[in-house]
Amino acid sequence: MKARVTVTLKTGILDPQGKAIEGALRSLGVEGVASVRQGKVFDIELEAGDPKKAEALLKEAADRLLANTVIENYRVEVVG
Amino acid sequence: MKAAVLVFPGINRERDMARTLKLVSGSAPNMVWHAEHDLPAGTDLVVVPGGFSYGDYLRCGAIAARSPVMDAVRAFAGKGGLVLGVCNGFQILCEAGLLPGVLMRNENLRFICRDVYLKVERSDTPFTRGYNAGQVIRVPVAHGEGNYIADGETIAKLEGEGRVIFRYASPDGMIDPNWNHNGAINAIAGIVSERGNVLGMMPHPENHVEEAIGRTDGRGLFAGLTAALSKAA
Repeated sequence: MKARVTVTLKTGILDPQGKAIEGALRSLGVEGVASVRQGKVFDIELEAGDPKKAEALLKEAADRLLANTVIENYRVEVVG
Repeated sequence: MKAAVLVFPGINRERDMARTLKLVSGSAPNMVWHAEHDLPAGTDLVVVPGGFSYGDYLRCGAIAARSPVMDAVRAFAGKGGLVLGVCNGFQILCEAGLLPGVLMRNENLRFICRDVYLKVERSDTPFTRGYNAGQVIRVPVAHGEGNYIADGETIAKLEGEGRVIFRYASPDGMIDPNWNHNGAINAIAGIVSERGNVLGMMPHPENHVEEAIGRTDGRGLFAGLTAALSKAA
């Protein structure tokens, strides 16, 4: 079973990397970008076949390691 | 003093730290591998040194913070044991939940490697008894992620409880954005835990302890710790 965990910075947390990317896009002449926030995507292959169990496992993984919930939010998806 | 210096893969400041501890306290620390489940018997100080544990993968300090040895450190701190984290060590202590907040990418996006001035806010802690409150010390920093931040409530609590121990300052001790190199909120360079027994700081006091290097401003921290621990023993 394939799954994806997406980790993003919470609103209000300054994202200097996102700002730098935003500036780089502007200097490349890519127009119409209002702002950029950078995050992380984890593609995870699971042994379990039960989507309910999978979701619980992914939440545990995100809470305990993948995200720092002081500054980051996460979203888990079982892709199938 | 019976110090334990933690060693993680990718750490590179553990020898500087061990050298300083031996030089100032007179006794060499135990070097403790991250996979250990226990600290050496009689340990009275745990030091989490600087470097780039696990190559800063995922987030700085995130993987080291989940090492087996950190459970032992958590138990040690829970009993009031003294813990010092420097640079990556500070990041590890935050990731391990032993200190609040997080160290973000420096505001200017650059790795900063230079001497900075720190205002010592308090002298009544085991870590700073070798200094006077308000004293300015000059010590090096070397980090890309030292920009301290926490939610507003946590910052208010840290400030209200006098838990900010070091702040980036001008040479004459003024708190000024021009001297706050990494953009840390309230120019925070070092904080202590609620009980005051865990200190995390970005700068490297262990690198300014010998005349041959040019400055000895960092010595006070280790001399103070040695005195605090010999008094407690």
